[in-house]
Amino acid sequence: MRTDQLVAALVADRRARAAAPGRLLAWALAAGAVVSLVIFAVEFGPRVDLAAALATWRFDVKLLLVGLAFATAFAACRALARPVPSRGWWVPAAVALAAALAAVAIELGVVPRGEWGTRLVGTNALICLTAIPVFAAAPLVGLLLALRRAAPWSPALAGAAAGGLAWAAGAAIYAFHCFDDSPLFVLTWYPLAAVPVVAAGALAGRRLLRW
Amino acid sequence: MRLARQGDDEAYRRLLVLVAAWLRVVARRGLAAAGRPREDSEDIVQETLLAMHLKRDTWDETQPLEPWLRAIARHKLVDHLRRRGFTDHVDIDDHVETLAAPATDEGDAADMQRLLAGLPERQRRIVEGVSMEGHSAREMGDRLGMSEGAVRVALHRALKALAAAYRRGSR
Repeated sequence: MRTDQLVAALVADRRARAAAPGRLLAWALAAGAVVSLVIFAVEFGPRVDLAAALATWRFDVKLLLVGLAFATAFAACRALARPVPSRGWWVPAAVALAAALAAVAIELGVVPRGEWGTRLVGTNALICLTAIPVFAAAPLVGLLLALRRAAPWSPALAGAAAGGLAWAAGAAIYAFHCFDDSPLFVLTWYPLAAVPVVAAGALAGRRLLRW
Repeated sequence: MRLARQGDDEAYRRLLVLVAAWLRVVARRGLAAAGRPREDSEDIVQETLLAMHLKRDTWDETQPLEPWLRAIARHKLVDHLRRRGFTDHVDIDDHVETLAAPATDEGDAADMQRLLAGLPERQRRIVEGVSMEGHSAREMGDRLGMSEGAVRVALHRALKALAAAYRRGSR
């Protein structure tokens, strides 16, 4: 086939368009989150003292930290979905890091030294490590499918970013179930729960996201 | 590209022809640097053009087009060389005189033809009708007894299948 003949075929296909990567990712994430919310409603449910918890600063800071992680991961995922990654994601990343450090500093300041250990270990560590990956699974599948329609600069990195975003979505859902609100707990166990999700995303991405 | 997004077929055709000429130079330079025969260059041009077409929504309108094109071209060239990496090695010295020739002629490419043969019958006929015989989607629809929309859908599927076939590197 000559190249001008191929061009004719491509021009005839001009109207078939996908959405921009950001919008595709948002839809995929929303679809996956619905599945996770159903699992949440059936198997977990919100913590019984949710209304009271919302009034405590620790719970609000937990939501803030998870929200910042989510914003960072979404920006990174969208950037890595393109052949030329943009650098817009380091701003939310820097804000998230600063907020995390501030939260730890405040917690260490107000809690007596002897209690640091109990705060860190909490009561829900094992549930946290299993529930967050469970909530992240469906969003991860959706995000990988969406990224297949994009053109990621590095398939493995894009897959890892999708894992990070799916983890943040899972963590946001789990945060409403978990009783441990201390920043010491949140910043230890939530990131540990990210490890398997990010690794799964990177491995799957390397296989599925080549183009 | 911006015009093409707004619905201008002619602008899109001009862009693709320009990009193809540019890709030809890039591909030949890349092949020469890797010590590969330059007959492959048109295969790379067509594979890259197809990828660019299918992935064109990953271009951010607020960014310049060239770095995006360059990234896709590099990606596809590396892909191509990796696939051919362990077969039919040719020493660059055999091709010194052909490398010096200007990159203006527009060759045929064997890969696309071969991959086309692997498509389902109807998809293949639609691609051939639109590309080689220069028919519109509506004419192909009349000929095959399909609606124009169905022809467009089949054409799009066929192009995606061709891109996937390149990826599998079936040679």
